[in-house]
Amino acid sequence: MRVGLFIPCYVDAFHPDIGIATLELLERFGLEVEYPFDQTCCGQPMANSGCHVESAATEALFVKNFQAYDYVVAPSGSCVHHVRSKLDAIEQTDAVLKVRRSTFELVEFLHDILKVEAFPWAEFPHRIAYHNSCNALRGLGHANMSELRVEPFSKPLNLLRKVRGIEVVELARPDECCGFGGTFAVFAENISAKMGQDKVRDQARSGAEYVVSADSSCLLHQQGCAERAGVPLKYIHIAQVLNGAAA
Amino acid sequence: MSSRDDILATIRANLPQLDRPLPQVPMFDDKAPVSLLTSFREALLSMGGDFIDPAPGQEPLAPVRERLVGVKVVCSATPEIQGNRPLSDVKVPQDLADVDIGVVRAAFAVAETGSVCLTEGNFGINALGYLAQHLIVLLDPADIVANLHHAYRRPEFRQGHYASFHTGPSATADIEGVLIRGAQGVRSLTVVPVPR
Amino acid sequence: MSDTQKQPDAADRMPHSKLAARSNESAAGNGRGLDHAEGTSHPIRVAPEPQPRGAKVHGKRPIDQTEAAGRFIDAIQHETTHDARLWDLRSKRDRQMHIIPEWEQLRELASAIKEHTLTHLDTYLDQFEQTARANGIHVHWAKDAEEHNKIVHGILRDHGTKSLIKSKSMLTEECGFRQYMASVGIEVIETDLGERIQQLDDEDPSHIVVPAVHKLRTDVAEVFSRTIGTDPENSDVHYLAEAQREATRPLILNADAGMTGANFVVAETGSFVVCTNEGNADLSANVPPLHIASIGIEKLIPRLEDLAVFIRLLSRSALGSPITQYTSHFRGPRQGGEMHVVLVDNGRSARLNLNEFWTSLKCIRCGACMNTCPVYRRSGGLSYGATYSGPIGLIIDPTFNRHKYSALPFSSTLNGSCTNVCPVKINIHEQIAAWRKVMSENHEMPLMKKAAMKAAGAILAHPRLYRAAITTADAALNALPRFMIYNRLNAWGKQREVPHAPRQTFHSWYKQNRGTP
Repeated sequence: MRVGLFIPCYVDAFHPDIGIATLELLERFGLEVEYPFDQTCCGQPMANSGCHVESAATEALFVKNFQAYDYVVAPSGSCVHHVRSKLDAIEQTDAVLKVRRSTFELVEFLHDILKVEAFPWAEFPHRIAYHNSCNALRGLGHANMSELRVEPFSKPLNLLRKVRGIEVVELARPDECCGFGGTFAVFAENISAKMGQDKVRDQARSGAEYVVSADSSCLLHQQGCAERAGVPLKYIHIAQVLNGAAA
Repeated sequence: MSSRDDILATIRANLPQLDRPLPQVPMFDDKAPVSLLTSFREALLSMGGDFIDPAPGQEPLAPVRERLVGVKVVCSATPEIQGNRPLSDVKVPQDLADVDIGVVRAAFAVAETGSVCLTEGNFGINALGYLAQHLIVLLDPADIVANLHHAYRRPEFRQGHYASFHTGPSATADIEGVLIRGAQGVRSLTVVPVPR
Repeated sequence: MSDTQKQPDAADRMPHSKLAARSNESAAGNGRGLDHAEGTSHPIRVAPEPQPRGAKVHGKRPIDQTEAAGRFIDAIQHETTHDARLWDLRSKRDRQMHIIPEWEQLRELASAIKEHTLTHLDTYLDQFEQTARANGIHVHWAKDAEEHNKIVHGILRDHGTKSLIKSKSMLTEECGFRQYMASVGIEVIETDLGERIQQLDDEDPSHIVVPAVHKLRTDVAEVFSRTIGTDPENSDVHYLAEAQREATRPLILNADAGMTGANFVVAETGSFVVCTNEGNADLSANVPPLHIASIGIEKLIPRLEDLAVFIRLLSRSALGSPITQYTSHFRGPRQGGEMHVVLVDNGRSARLNLNEFWTSLKCIRCGACMNTCPVYRRSGGLSYGATYSGPIGLIIDPTFNRHKYSALPFSSTLNGSCTNVCPVKINIHEQIAAWRKVMSENHEMPLMKKAAMKAAGAILAHPRLYRAAITTADAALNALPRFMIYNRLNAWGKQREVPHAPRQTFHSWYKQNRGTP
């Protein structure tokens, strides 16, 4: 299978180590992973603000870069949710539809497509709190949503429980939004910051040393709040944990 | 064109042209509780109501009579209990303003929610259920249905002009979530099992 | 947990002057408090936190929800209490959900029943009217808020009404009913405790189910002391509630007419249903000889068997209790009484035509979306500056005034929790996103934000331009936030640390270590 690696703009700029971990992790399973050099962004920042016209060219570029692949994998729940459910500022040609349904977030890809059973190279002897971003949780179905009466499940925890030494703790409000919300973080800064502070407080009270997530955009926001408050929590992406990051 | 015609015309012009059939509503009673009386009692208590368990050997109306001893104004809408404010004396609802205890019989009750159904026939004068400080409700345990799906099959909603589910006493938690009983209506609602 | 009724005792009714005198003896200020080297035994009086007020209205400019939200967040006691209280309602709702195995099926049924009814609304309205009239109910139709107010005024005038008691009705808030009645000299008394508090404070209700949830007990004590003569120092909740009960009872007994709203209208039986916990709707309807019910046309459902689904969902979703203390079914006037129903359109029939938004008409006004919304809980309902706040407000307010409420759809993180708790499965968060598109396409977006989006869209569509803009890590840190920030420098950095700039981007790492493809 030909796998195209999509590295979201904010991962590219602020957390290249997550991109590196994702690439290395996929290669550990013997996959041929290519990184189209002309990629930029999935169009989400414009589209989520209702600016579809302004997002169209970026979305078209995304399709152009990734139409040759069997699978497109990205370490970002929000970007993948956008591509699969909302990449509609452009004409829905066969190529567009193919790219849309072939795009997977990393956890989904490992859990549902590769069906990974073990991570023998990984060890993470720490207490962690897991953060499901709202896009990954309610958009991609990473885990059961607390508002619904359904059987509990969690794809990311299924994967993490295969990592030696990991201990998972629960939050008081496990899936309350942390307040990043994309451009909301800047345009509604006061509300966003309060939500982030509350989330960090919940994480601190849980006894976690690390917060792990499949979305580093949320983590950037939470880390920013934690550092400002002097709370010594550490934030890490699931790709890094599964790839054997030493903590 | 009247407003009625205008509104209906606008609606007709704007109806979404989508196939949306009316679904069948199941009765949801395949897991009905073993004892409807027990379920009803538990639900009623959790909603702040009171239930008088008959004492051994006591005749069913005895607990009601006990509670009426020394009460200044009692208005009963039931033939079994005699109050001191006959309904026939009541010309307007405001005449019930000083009633301490009202006594009524429930048309039926719902185990799922702990509710009793009271109609205009049960009240005599509807305002009795709301102006009295306390309400005592006689309930025949045979009149308890399992859930609301069963409740809405009963004739009380197709005949008569007024039927109300009372579930415990009047309550509110509008100020900082602090629970208050007797917010505007009755301060207590007591159900006494009395066969018809 | 059962609370016994507490009768206010003599100490609570102490004249205010005596209390004031006591406070002058405290250690602060007069230099005599520590004469005998004793600390004061009187409680140190901390001034209660002032209540943050709602959104500011500046002429015709769009409401700025985030500004009002900021003031609410800064009122720490108010925000903390508000957030905890509504999260508690959400938790109670979840507990009820877990008790009902058929919960998701009930939601599906409720949604289907409403969508069927709305797509056949004319038929069901017709059926209701005919059946209701046959049972002796007078049925009126009002195209808009103004006509509603005029119709009700007409009925009241015909009966010589001087005072009207009413129970909670969001529709009457929508119609500006109380203000209209004040202008024609008819006294209106709200009987719902939360609504009464707000009425006495001359402030709109903040939440559709718990109208004064944004207030602390000290705020209520202040309002009541000003308006119904309670002790300003006594903020005991039982005392305040009892005071309101005693003050309102004579008004109920003397009222000439009563008004209610309705939660559901059953076409099959020509009846309407009113759900309360206080019983105040039943007082309003059954004490005065005249009962008027103001009802939005979208409240229709076809049959009694459908009603069961909604009654099972309503209070569980709203408050986490299986049913409201009072669920009353009105099918006709009582002996010697008169009953009127005013069916109100006020934009609902027009909303049927909106492809992406018509399902917002399914709303049964439970407030569950507000309770779960993390933005609402921290902002308070008054920050939205509209009759309907929170997630449901974001999607229906623009239909009342698109320009005034053009910023509201952006007061959301699109997290989707609201959609999941909605008992009638309105896809609220998707409609919020759809409204953003409407605002963008109709020039309702601030010019600078639109320009920033345009610039971002241009750069991100051109890989070479983009790479040039973020070649160095420092440039990346400056460039990326810039196209998100439009009128505030460093908005990110106000209350958060700015992300650390890495040595190089992934793109340049890849180029260096894996080569250019």
